[in-house]
Amino acid sequence: MKSAVIVFPGSNCDRDMAVALEAATGAKPHMVWHRETELPEGLGLIALPGGFSYGDYLRSGAIGANSPIMREVKAAADRGVAVLGVCNGFQLLTEAGLLPGALLRNAGIRFVCRDVPLKVASSQTAFTSRYQADEAITVPVAHHDGNYFANDETLDRLEGEGRIAFRYAENVNGSARDIAGIVNEAGNVLGMMPHPERMIEPAHGGSDGRRLFEGLVEALA
Amino acid sequence: MKTRVHVTLKNGVLDPQGKAIHHALESLGFDGVNGVRQGKLIELDLDENVSDAAIEDMCRKLLANMVIENFEIEKEAA
Repeated sequence: MKSAVIVFPGSNCDRDMAVALEAATGAKPHMVWHRETELPEGLGLIALPGGFSYGDYLRSGAIGANSPIMREVKAAADRGVAVLGVCNGFQLLTEAGLLPGALLRNAGIRFVCRDVPLKVASSQTAFTSRYQADEAITVPVAHHDGNYFANDETLDRLEGEGRIAFRYAENVNGSARDIAGIVNEAGNVLGMMPHPERMIEPAHGGSDGRRLFEGLVEALA
Repeated sequence: MKTRVHVTLKNGVLDPQGKAIHHALESLGFDGVNGVRQGKLIELDLDENVSDAAIEDMCRKLLANMVIENFEIEKEAA
C-alpha cells in the first residue's frame, strides 16, 4: 500500500512515522513537503506527524492547517483515503476542520512526556481492529497542548457514534471525557495525541502501537 | 490603518495559563483578584480599502479558533 507522510517546518516525528509505516506496509512512504500542491497518485494512507509545525505560532497546528497540501489532504479524506494524525497531526486535523473539537493547553500547564496507559474505547474502527475493546495498552505522549475540548453536544455525539478510539486510563492533560483519540464521521480519519509510532518494537519499551499500523494496513488491503 | 483583534477564550473553556497568572498575583500579595483569563492581541496594519467583512473573515479563518475562542475587532480612529 502506498502511504505518505506530510512534512511541515517544525515536524519532528516524521521520520519515526516513516519507519512505522515502512514496517507495516513494506514500502517506504512518500515524504511530502507541506508546500506541495499535489499528493502522489494512489495513496491508501496519509500521516500527519507529530512535532511543532510553525513553532506552534498562533495556536498549535493553526498555520500548518492552512498549508497548500492540506487542501489535498482534505480532498483525499473526502474521497475516503485513510488519514492518521498523531500529536501535532491531531492538532492540525482539528484546526483544518477534519475532526471536531480543539486541543487546549494541558490542564496542568506542563509539557507531559512519558508513557501513558490508554484504554481502547472502540475496536470497531479501521485503526483499532487489531485491539480488543477495553484493552489496556501503553503508548507514550509528548505534548503541551493535548487537552481535548469540545462542547457537550459534540462529546455526546462522539460517544454515541462510537467515534472515541482511545481514552486515557490516566488523564494526563485534562482532556474532556478522557479522550485521547477520535475518528471522523466516516471513520477514515483518526487523530490522537499519544504516539503509536514510538511504540512499535520491544526496544522502544513496548510494541502496543504496532498493531494500529498493522491493523490499518490489513483493513485497507 | 491599524486594526486590533482581541482573541479571548469562550466562557467555559478552561484557561490554565490564566489560572497560573491568578496564583502568581495572589502569591505577590495582590488581594481581590477574582479571576484571570488570558487572551491574545493581534495588531493588523491594513490598507484603507480592506473591508470589515474581510477582517471578520481573517478572524474566522485563522486568527481565532471559533471552537474555543471569540474575537473582537477594534479599528483605530483615522
